[in-house]
Amino acid sequence: MSEHIVPPKTYLSVWAALLVLLGATVGFAYLPLGPIHVVAALTIAFAKAVLIALFFMHVKYKNRLVLVFVCAGLFWLAIMFALSLGDYLTRSWLPRPTVWISVPDSRRGF
Amino acid sequence: MSALPEHQFDDIEQQYDAAYSGMWIFLSTEVLFFGGVFFAYVIYRSTYYDAFAEGSRELSVFLGGLNTGVLLCSSLFMALAVHAAQRGRNKQLIRYLIITELIGALFLGIKFLEYYKHYKEHLIPGLNFSYPGENASQMQLFMVFYFILTGMHAVHMLVGLGVLSALAILAYRGKFSSHYYNPVDIGGLYWHFVDIVWVFIFPLLYLVKRTGG
Repeated sequence: MSEHIVPPKTYLSVWAALLVLLGATVGFAYLPLGPIHVVAALTIAFAKAVLIALFFMHVKYKNRLVLVFVCAGLFWLAIMFALSLGDYLTRSWLPRPTVWISVPDSRRGF
Repeated sequence: MSALPEHQFDDIEQQYDAAYSGMWIFLSTEVLFFGGVFFAYVIYRSTYYDAFAEGSRELSVFLGGLNTGVLLCSSLFMALAVHAAQRGRNKQLIRYLIITELIGALFLGIKFLEYYKHYKEHLIPGLNFSYPGENASQMQLFMVFYFILTGMHAVHMLVGLGVLSALAILAYRGKFSSHYYNPVDIGGLYWHFVDIVWVFIFPLLYLVKRTGG
């Protein structure tokens, strides 16, 4: 088969990089970064996911059609987050219709 | 096993890519399965941030971080198992599959230890939850998310262990060769995916807010 065979050395380097990123994730959590915490944590998590997908899951060595399948899940996830957050984040932008005034704030959710 | 493709495919490579892409379609549904819970978590975490930070501090970063490392090691051995399959080294393949499984079982053992700690600390909603302070009910919501996310992940780990066991048995029966190792590769995709899910669960649940700053 013309399948690309990845040398074990590559796997070991990726594994080492993943452990370094794990250390970074824990380290960053204890630094006084304020609101940057969650950004740092998610960026590192995403970097780890990309490393695992590219090398351990061989996405790097596949053709572009396969890449479409790989990205499909992320694409749909992005749609879900974008549309749902578009609702939750914008709820307070406009004044409430007067008929809703009787609903206490605690019942309005987000 | 021969290297001949099934009759609906042009060649063995196309058949291989079809199986690989099909697995990714399944993994996409898994992304959305976990994604829905992650989204709900994001909403409630931003609503009750202080309570979720408090809840996060009840979890052990050491055990969670250790488990992340354990899973990354298991993924390494899974990748090496696929490599052994590609090279047609059957004994090595079986050995690596079993090592992967043992490390996966270690993960579940540590997870169980954590659950036991939560039980002793009365942190399991619906069973024995009791927590002092004014944020108790929001903190309980955090623990609900914690148990749903880690529980679903643990179920996926159990399924993964089943898949790897089946692969190891097939390898033992000599079903794989350097010309035919599709199932090993596809099973590996699942194992790595479950690893990726944990990579997101760990910082989101364990590291909400560890410092005052």
